[in-house]
Amino acid sequence: MAADNRRDDSVDPDTAQGLAPGGLSRRAFLRGGAAAGLGAGLLSSLPAVAAKSAPVEPAKTEAGVTLLGPGPVPMSLQINGKAHAVKLEPRVTLLDALRDHLDLTGAKKVCDRGTCGACTIILDGRTVYACSVLAIESQGSDIQTIEGLGTLEKLHPLQAAFVENDAHQCGFCTPGFVMASKALLDANPAPTLPEVHHALSGNFCRCGTYAGIRGAVLGVAAAYAAAAAEGDEPPGNAEAEDPEPRPKKKKKKKRNPDG
Amino acid sequence: MADITETTDPKTADPTWPKAEERRLIGQRISRLDGPAKSTGTAKYTYDLNRPGLLYARVLRCPHAHAKVTKLDMAPAESMPGVRAVRVIQGAGTEIQWALDEVAVVAAVSDDIAQDAVRAIAVEYEVLPHFVSEEQLDKAPATKPGEEKTEGDPVAAMTAAAVRVKGTYGMPVISHNCLEAHGQVCEWTGKDEMTAWCSTQALSALPPQFAERLEIPAANVRVITQYMGGGFGSKFSVDRWGIECAELARQAGAPVKLMLDRAAELTVAGDRPSAFAEIEVGATDDGTLTAWTSKSWGSGGLGSAGDPPMPYVFQIPNRRHRHTAVPTHTASSRAWRAPNHPQGCYLTMSALDDLAAKLAMDPYDLFVKNLSMTGMADVYKQELEIAEQLMGWKARWHQRGAGAPGPVQHGLGLSIHTWGGRGHRSNCEITLQPDGQVDLKMATQDLGTGTRTAVGIVCADTLGLPLEAVKVNIGDSRYPASGGSGGSTTIGGVSAATRRAALNARALLFDKAAPKLETTADQLEAVDATIRVKGSPDRKLTWKQAMALFGHTPVTATGANPGPGELTGSGVGGVQMAEVAVDVETGIVKMVKMVAVQDCGLIIDLKTAESQVYGALIMGISGALSEEKVIDPVTGRMLNVDFESYKMAGIGDVGELVVHMMTGPGFDERGPIGLGEPPMVSPGAAIANAVANAVGVRVPFLPLTPRHVLEALAKGAA
Repeated sequence: MAADNRRDDSVDPDTAQGLAPGGLSRRAFLRGGAAAGLGAGLLSSLPAVAAKSAPVEPAKTEAGVTLLGPGPVPMSLQINGKAHAVKLEPRVTLLDALRDHLDLTGAKKVCDRGTCGACTIILDGRTVYACSVLAIESQGSDIQTIEGLGTLEKLHPLQAAFVENDAHQCGFCTPGFVMASKALLDANPAPTLPEVHHALSGNFCRCGTYAGIRGAVLGVAAAYAAAAAEGDEPPGNAEAEDPEPRPKKKKKKKRNPDG
Repeated sequence: MADITETTDPKTADPTWPKAEERRLIGQRISRLDGPAKSTGTAKYTYDLNRPGLLYARVLRCPHAHAKVTKLDMAPAESMPGVRAVRVIQGAGTEIQWALDEVAVVAAVSDDIAQDAVRAIAVEYEVLPHFVSEEQLDKAPATKPGEEKTEGDPVAAMTAAAVRVKGTYGMPVISHNCLEAHGQVCEWTGKDEMTAWCSTQALSALPPQFAERLEIPAANVRVITQYMGGGFGSKFSVDRWGIECAELARQAGAPVKLMLDRAAELTVAGDRPSAFAEIEVGATDDGTLTAWTSKSWGSGGLGSAGDPPMPYVFQIPNRRHRHTAVPTHTASSRAWRAPNHPQGCYLTMSALDDLAAKLAMDPYDLFVKNLSMTGMADVYKQELEIAEQLMGWKARWHQRGAGAPGPVQHGLGLSIHTWGGRGHRSNCEITLQPDGQVDLKMATQDLGTGTRTAVGIVCADTLGLPLEAVKVNIGDSRYPASGGSGGSTTIGGVSAATRRAALNARALLFDKAAPKLETTADQLEAVDATIRVKGSPDRKLTWKQAMALFGHTPVTATGANPGPGELTGSGVGGVQMAEVAVDVETGIVKMVKMVAVQDCGLIIDLKTAESQVYGALIMGISGALSEEKVIDPVTGRMLNVDFESYKMAGIGDVGELVVHMMTGPGFDERGPIGLGEPPMVSPGAAIANAVANAVGVRVPFLPLTPRHVLEALAKGAA
């Protein structure tokens, strides 16, 4: 039925913008891959994807692979050090799982296709766009969201620096920038300005807070460096304990940063 | 002792802003109150709300720019498991006038199911002819010519001019592209009572709009906007999707969230009109402007708003201008920061810069020479001198195209701008609690401009309290009404209303405290959380002691704008300079540096004021270098409906940014004036002029993409 409705005159904006050459949105393709069990061979799952909204038989095995969905299936997500049991359709993205099912709404939904960075989280130590990962494939991973970083009472040094540098206006992009900045400083505690630009190039702000963000990230980096020189614990705002152990200084292989 | 009614009636018949030496918080660099909530992700935006039993709405949109709906069958959607309500917005027989206009809407238990349901709707269209390409005026099937405006004798003056330049310039339609899409969550709390959480910039205006369409009393509609993710002029109305969301919620008996997806946000939720112009400008050979003629055109969609002021800022004595609106099959434009000004500014400043180049004159000198035509010569002169220092303009400026040899050419450009921005209508209610807490209530909204913080600062400063003592309650239509945040009118309106309310509250306290301190009310001051006798700081009451004089009753005072005294002003000036590096082989323009010198009357919070200017520079750079709504002439559809192809500047694209705020005598007296618009006006002009200075020819069309740069270079070489 969905396949029948994919004529041009019934295209909705979601599919209208995301149609891949085969008539599938990237998102549908992504979901279909997971629905068929990742690695089961994406191409062979395509017909099922096209009919994704029409329920097919649940859980069956095919070539030794268990098929899940399309109805809700139990999952366990390890978020900010805590296990969350949820029952979700396999097509549900990690972003929707966080926002709509766990009320962890710090990661924002803006483009919903992996380009704006507003949903940036840290998954197994690397930044990812939560809109472009399925919840079901995030099982077993260590998921860090903005909610695990600091609290209103005890801001993480980066969050305190964002406040001090007024690195937010409307604030909708801010959690994504904070998470991307955290991942940068974890990997590279003393970034140059071009390195900051490179690391945050996957995040957009519409109000225009880049000047404040530069100041915040470089300020925290400088504070880390000063603390390292003193042999002290890393500074934050006076009250805050750093909820994270200070990242070890390690040489990071970085791609050539932009100028 | 006077009772409350009497004393709230302005004790302070002629309120003023505190003198510089009396300000303790006003004008300081203060971090915004909601910064921690934003940086921790705990700030709850409309998009973040998860009400119990929440349904998700999705919209079926017409893929054609002009079409008639011939068939619409909702049954396949309605019968899907998980779908709770469906509504036809524009059914069979309706003529659709722009692509992605709303046809039908569904609400379901999950966003995914709602999308499935929209895809299941059976719809057919009869496609009709459309027009979406307004760049060439003579190809437009219909136009709406405006009035011709003439001063002096432009024809004679042009003929007599020693130097004349002619040029054609243009800038495309761009989108607001708010990161938090337009939308709302609607929840009925009774048969004719509804609460709506709206991503809006006009909170107080929405209850009546909802009420009229939903046929319920306006007093029964509550609108809440604690945080909103950007508006830029596009979020003043309840919008058709707001009414549909409310109707779905009423129909389903459950709260409904309807947020636009990105394609709709980019296509139908807000545009800045395009503007093109053929301009001729004449001057004496010393660069005194004498004559101007222009005809401009552009499209603001089907409604086709837009009429850029030209010539901009410089009121050249002999001038003629006419603007023609070109209706297109695209959604009607919405106010986009400083409506009409960026267009008027870009078109005018480009022509003046070309004139300077023809005269082999530094445009800085041409601007200074003609400042008497601006009506604000003193302000601009001061600002130009400061900007010149911050940019090192005189030391580094070169004649157009006369930079050092090599493929990467540096250039400098400049522009000046103005805006009104007088404070809007607002009310403020301040309640002094016996425990020393102060509650401030106002139905305004903070778009990220710092409104919440600013009213707190004005209140605390006036009452002599620390900022932490003021609980700022905004973002709820149950508070006293305030204006929409548009046209840079918010800071003036909310600050003036707050100042008056706080002065009235303070007067109540002074009246009570005066007999206790054996003096008269006019001898008292509120400083450091005490009420004390001027000149005798030891004769004082602590705030709590003073409040005890009222027993255990809170005391409420109100203030409004407009009101007694001159607390708001209008008319600011700003100067911007840009430095770019252009690779003439690839056509790539890179920002090296931008300087903004801006006046905004009395600054309430220097930190957030500067942020507004930084933000305007960045948004302006983005518009100048890369933003453009690309509409396919064949299908009438916007092609670049995502962040990959609707290109915005990233953190590495904006170069060095320098902001200087004009403060002190000559500026502060006018009271606070908003910053949402003014610094947004000049970037396109300054950057385009810098590119012309770098590469030696005018690149007449924004955005300054490699294609436009290379085309201009090719044409210049031919």
